[in-house]
Amino acid sequence: MGFPHKPHPKETVVLSQYFGDADARSYAGWVQRGGYEALKKSLAMTPVAVQDIVKASGLRGRGGAGFPTGLKWSFMPKERTRTHYLCCNADESEPGTFKDREIMRWTPHALIEGCAIAQHAIQAEICYIYIRGEFTEPLRIMEKAIAEAYQNGVLGANAMGSGKRIDQFIHRGAGAYICGEETALMNSIEGKRGNPRIRPPFPAAAGVFGLPTTINNVETLAAVPHIINRGADWYKSLYLSNPKSTGTKLISVSGHVQRPGNYEITMGFPLKDLIYDLCGGVKPGRTLKACIPGGSSVPILNKEESESCILDYEGTVAKGTMLGSGGAIVFDDTTDMVYQVMRLAKFYAHESCAQCTQCREGTAWTVRILQRILAGEGTIQDLDLLLDLADQMTGKTICVLSDSCAAPVVTGIKKFRGEFEAYIKGARKPVMATV
Amino acid sequence: MTMHDTKPYEPVFTPERRAGLEELLKRYPTKRAALLPALWMVQEARGWISDTAMTEVAEVLGLTPAYVKGVVTFYTMYHLHPVGKNFVQVCTTTPCNICGAENVVKALLQHTGCGELGATSPDGKWTVIEVECLGACGFATPIMVNDDFIESVTPEKVLEIVRKYS
Ligand SMILES: Cc1cc2nc3c(=O)[nH]c(=O)nc-3n(C[C@H](O)[C@H](O)[C@H](O)COP(=O)(O)O)c2cc1C
Ligand code: FES
Repeated sequence: MGFPHKPHPKETVVLSQYFGDADARSYAGWVQRGGYEALKKSLAMTPVAVQDIVKASGLRGRGGAGFPTGLKWSFMPKERTRTHYLCCNADESEPGTFKDREIMRWTPHALIEGCAIAQHAIQAEICYIYIRGEFTEPLRIMEKAIAEAYQNGVLGANAMGSGKRIDQFIHRGAGAYICGEETALMNSIEGKRGNPRIRPPFPAAAGVFGLPTTINNVETLAAVPHIINRGADWYKSLYLSNPKSTGTKLISVSGHVQRPGNYEITMGFPLKDLIYDLCGGVKPGRTLKACIPGGSSVPILNKEESESCILDYEGTVAKGTMLGSGGAIVFDDTTDMVYQVMRLAKFYAHESCAQCTQCREGTAWTVRILQRILAGEGTIQDLDLLLDLADQMTGKTICVLSDSCAAPVVTGIKKFRGEFEAYIKGARKPVMATV
Repeated sequence: MTMHDTKPYEPVFTPERRAGLEELLKRYPTKRAALLPALWMVQEARGWISDTAMTEVAEVLGLTPAYVKGVVTFYTMYHLHPVGKNFVQVCTTTPCNICGAENVVKALLQHTGCGELGATSPDGKWTVIEVECLGACGFATPIMVNDDFIESVTPEKVLEIVRKYS
């Protein structure tokens, strides 16, 4: 079932099969749909055997970085001498991304099952599901589903009769994009300010509470039961372009398309088909101007690049951008790119945790310079200044929030320079008051 | 806002809430880890988190008031001041922005009588603020009224929403 649209014939419906089907939300409904079979199967295997299946499937992290999931799990200590933790990243705050929300709203038990399988694979008794504070509805649904999972013996001291303890607890965020960054997330669970930590140590060695930890995104974990049920070979065969990018991916499409929403595609699907066929293109009389294919943190593509971009990890990199979290923001020809680049920079300035100087000062100055340009008071040198600043903000900080602010600025200026110059030269009317 | 100072402070952590907190503490190996949930309990009970309440939380969890304040001020959803009966958060980040979110803000400020962002309306019923991405970009423009998440709000729908909550 599609959501909010019926599935398009070009979609590959796996994770989104029950989106919009409220009956799939309950424990009974989930079991009726084959739920918890994969967990039963996994619990009968050794942790390493589960890791190996996930490794062989080619599944890569859906939270942004695309790190191979099975490999990440294998970094956890083989012998469990101390408590191990799993953290499920449900902070979903990257502008353009709204897929994890749908997974939690419609298939909460898929996430619980995926977490439980991962917990078995990395020998983690405890999983914290970190849900952003604004997701009040997903929070209620997940709380209810977890309570049901405990009542039915899926979770608890003797999970599914395996003799193993599997606990899952929700930890509610309180408004901070940075808490989606994995080390900031762990600090937030510990009751601290959400400041990212310097690595090493990596989470598998010293994560939450200083103990071995794995952090995975909601969509990554929700894919795991399908892989266990249908096998690594099946998952591995799901690709249209590069065998290094396998499986299906939920792409959240927002902005100027006729049918925004979540679409599930096979890796390697053309962005052009997503925009024009699945989403119905831009409004009549308008044309495509640009697209940010992977959430606001990745470089902007112009029309030509968008229309020839392949949606997988390698295909996006070939166009100088990234698949990121899979949030495609579409802009038509009515968009003021200068204003929208400023608005993106403003997001990062607001969300900077302010630990690193380059990020704290760099994001704030980027906004001020862009606002100066929008007020008709910019100079041509301001564009070089912005690029220079962006350079100082890239690769120099504890986490990549600062780099994420620089990406749209650099690609915005590079690809839409004429619009910036129009404000500077007075060919465009100022849209902001003097700053 | 000093009205909270004129009345004697009533502790948030009544025996009942204390028991709820004790349950939460079982989930974590440290007391500190229950700080975010404890602050949520305060905000649910009082609508905002005063300095006195921060001191109470600090005592309950064995932390210093300064530490608690440092954490409270990091997270944008904790209110440091009382807010209107209906607290409205409107997303104006890029994906919603290009779909007209700023016009939704204007309509809200007009129909609630708030006049400006962050201000509480003269009748004390409304506070409207702009927030960053609410994670529902395909349903532009999402707004939150207290704990209710409302999707696909347009300037035309604002009046009806305001009437419903007034
Ligand atoms: C600033 C910042 C914000 C992030 N926000 C999220 C997020 O909201 N959700 C998420 O899953 N990953 C987010 N990530 C990525 C996480 O750090 C981490 O790589 C991911 O959760 C790992 O899970 P995966 O391997 O399953 O993708 C963010 C990273 C950064 C630098
Ligand atoms: S940008 Fe408005 S909800 Fe994401």
